[in-house]
Formats: sequence, C-alpha cells, structure tokens
Amino acid sequence: MSALKRTALHDLHIELGAKMVPFAGWEMPVQYPAGVMKEHLHCRARAGLFDVSHMGQVILRGPGAAEALERLVPVDVAGLAPGRQRYAMFTTEDGGILDDLMVANTGAHLFLVVNAARAELDLDHLHEHLPDVEISHPTGRGLLALQGPGAEAALAALNPAVRDMRFMDVAEMELVGATCWVSRSGYTGEDGFEISIPGTMAPRLARALLENPEVAPIGLGARDSLRLEAGMCLYGADIDETTSPVEAGLSWAIQKARRSGGARAGGFPGAALILRELEDGPARLRVGLLPEGRAPMRAHTPLFAGEDAAEPVGEITSGAFGPSIGRPMSMGYVPAAMAAEGTELWGEVRGKRLPVTVAALPFHPTSYKR
Amino acid sequence: MKYTEEHEWLDEADGIVTVGITAHAAEQLGDIVFVELPEIGTEVTKDDEVVVIESVKAASDILAPIDGEIVEVNEAIVEDPAKVNEDPEGAAWFFKVKPAEPGQMDDYLDEAAYKAFIG
Repeated sequence: MSALKRTALHDLHIELGAKMVPFAGWEMPVQYPAGVMKEHLHCRARAGLFDVSHMGQVILRGPGAAEALERLVPVDVAGLAPGRQRYAMFTTEDGGILDDLMVANTGAHLFLVVNAARAELDLDHLHEHLPDVEISHPTGRGLLALQGPGAEAALAALNPAVRDMRFMDVAEMELVGATCWVSRSGYTGEDGFEISIPGTMAPRLARALLENPEVAPIGLGARDSLRLEAGMCLYGADIDETTSPVEAGLSWAIQKARRSGGARAGGFPGAALILRELEDGPARLRVGLLPEGRAPMRAHTPLFAGEDAAEPVGEITSGAFGPSIGRPMSMGYVPAAMAAEGTELWGEVRGKRLPVTVAALPFHPTSYKR
Repeated sequence: MKYTEEHEWLDEADGIVTVGITAHAAEQLGDIVFVELPEIGTEVTKDDEVVVIESVKAASDILAPIDGEIVEVNEAIVEDPAKVNEDPEGAAWFFKVKPAEPGQMDDYLDEAAYKAFIG
C-alpha cells in the first residue's frame, strides 16, 4: 500500500485537532473536536471551511476544447458562457457514469473538478479520447470550500468582488495575495464558494478565513451528511458505472442541445441508451427515503415492497442521520412504479423489516444565491 | 466500578449491575444518533449482542458483559441518544442486569487498569 497523500493544509488540520483518516488515497480530516453534528449545524447556521484539495483539478486548453469534451459528457459545454460553471458526468459505453464533475468556462480555458478516487481514471480517459486538446492537471493547487449563510460576508472581507457572483459563476480573483479560481457553488445545499489556490498559499487563505469567528473548520463526516440532506449524489455510493444519469435523477444535467432533436444531440458514450431512457423513462430511479423511527438505514440496506416480501426491489445507496432535519435519511434505487413520493416500503436492518417512505429531495431546502 | 476491554463500565449495587459505555468509547464513537435497548426480562449470556448504538459514523454492538437478566433499561437515551455523549458514565447508563451468579466481574479492569488500557 502506497503512502497517503497529504494536502497543503495537513499541518493546519493537526493544529486544529482534526481526526485524520485515509480517503481515496489521501489523509483527510473526517472531523474536528466539535464533532460531525455540531460541524454540520454550524455550516447551516454560519459558515464552514472544508479542505477538498484531494479532488482532481484539470484544465483543458485549445480551440474546440468545449466541443471535444462534449464527446465524453451528455452536457452542453459548447453553450456554457464564459464565467459560468455546470454539473456534468463522464458516461460509459453502457450508459453508466464513469465520474461526476464540475465544468467551468473561465473564458480562457475549461476548468474541471473531478472526484479524488476517479482522478487518474478520468485523466486517462481524457487523454485517450481528446488527443487534440491540451490537458493539464495542476496537482500543486489546493481546493477550499467555504459554505453556509455566512460564507459571502467572510469571503467578501478578503475581496468584496465575490459579492457580485451568482450561483454557478466562476471568476479569477486575488485572495490573500494569491491568484485564485473562485466558483459560487458547493456540495452542501448552502450558498458558498469553492476556491482553487496555489498550495503554498492555501494555509494563508484558510487561516485568514478561520480568523473570522463565523467560520469553523468542517470535516468529511459533516460534508457527507450535508450533501445527503441536500439530495446530492456521492460517486461510488449513489452513482457509479452501473447507474445511468437518467436512473440517478440527473436528467436535469442533460441540456436540450444534447437530447434527441437537439443541435448537438448524442455523440457521447452510451448516448443511444441514455437518450432512449430519457424518452421512455428508466426502469428504476434514485429516490429520497425517510425511515420511520430513529434507526438510520445505511448503504446496502435491502428494500422490500412488503413486510413479508421475499425478494428485495431495491437497495439503499447512502444513509445517515440528518442533523438539520433531526431524523435519519437515505437515498436508494427503487423500481419506477415505486418511485412516487409517499410510497411505503420496507428496509431490512439487522434482520428486521422497518418501514421507510419515498420522499422528495432535497430533505433540507437549498439556499443558493441565484 | 469495573471496566471491560469493550469499553463498558459496570457498577454493582444491591446485587444489581448497571452497565454503560465509557467516556472514552463515547468520544471515539462520535455523536450518537440511535440506541436500541434489550427488553426487560431478557436472559442474556456474556458476549450476547444486547444493545445497538449508531453514531454519525457507523453502527456498533454492545455485548453483555456478564450472564444475567435485564431488569431495567434507560429509555431516556432511546428518546435522546445525544445524552450518551453528554453524560456516558452517569445519567446515560444503558441497562441494569441481575447477575446469574456472583463473581463474574472479578476479572474485569479497575479504573487504573482501564486508564492504562486506553493509554
């Protein structure tokens, strides 16, 4: 087993008393002394600072880079305006998801943020299929997320220009003397920012933000409960090579231009399957699930249509306690006929069938600055 | 007070043993969000899984530290599992067990030995 990689903020995490764990080949803070519950609630009430430097940052340069990337994603990249970002996924030939990612058009190039565990695979995939595009992977950069209702004020104290950004805007700007790539987005359902910064300057930015009493450091534990309350997918849990974007409820990310009849319809891996599924509807769907009672239903909990039904109809892919909703919550896949809100199902936990109800996502309302 | 290497504490009074988890265990588990306790009257054997607790991280089992009968359970921690993090060695006890025979706790750790055990 190779040594775990450390982010530029490693010493700061130790200083803050973080509990460090291995995650996708990185040594990452899972929680700080406050603990997952308090960190989660702090982020919803004030502002949370996350080190997400383990995520892969990729730059695509060259004329036609956007059109080229469209060969790998079912997303309208060519129509993405300068200064804007959108959610995307690399699809497989079988219509599954190789990875999900953010794509930004900085005006000068495309900037991608991909999952840590899939970064190498994604890079190979890009090199193989986009030989005409200049691909770089700036590993020396850190990535910080600042999330929560206090995020704007905290970041504006370092550069007031961030106030002019709307949800999914991207901009290059100076923060603590470093040239940063800032997007108004995140993985919590809250308003907030993600900031790419040279690794050598990342501790300075993190410390400047943490000096603000509104800002607290948040670990991966609370990052997971925050994203689950916001109804967002975790790659490797809720989506993977066996789930299609349509089944995963991510059809909203496939713009008109790439659908049947669109200006640049299809042309991505698995297009025939995915486009047909968009029209006919998928056989199964990712749904929100609220267990009755207090017992969390975690990933891989089998789902049944009845208390005594012999065969499972689906499975939970993510499950945890939701600190802001004060109850357990899950997501999972069920047959399309059982995907309507209010459908009552059963989850088997420790050999016992417990009732669980299909529920609307997100569990906790999002508060983006549109 | 006695302690097990499974991070339970046992407090014997008037022939009844009260069982809970140590502050060290509660801290390691993180925020506790769910507790399932045995039914009163259950006859348990040492190492039976008698309690399920779930923290924000994962589910864990609490094993019966001795043979005996469950005579009382602490419903307050079922209603509010966070109490286990707040006062694990006091108000947030788990269950009371009437030992099947005396002397079953003799081999467990005393406080000094438990402190040495957790380092």
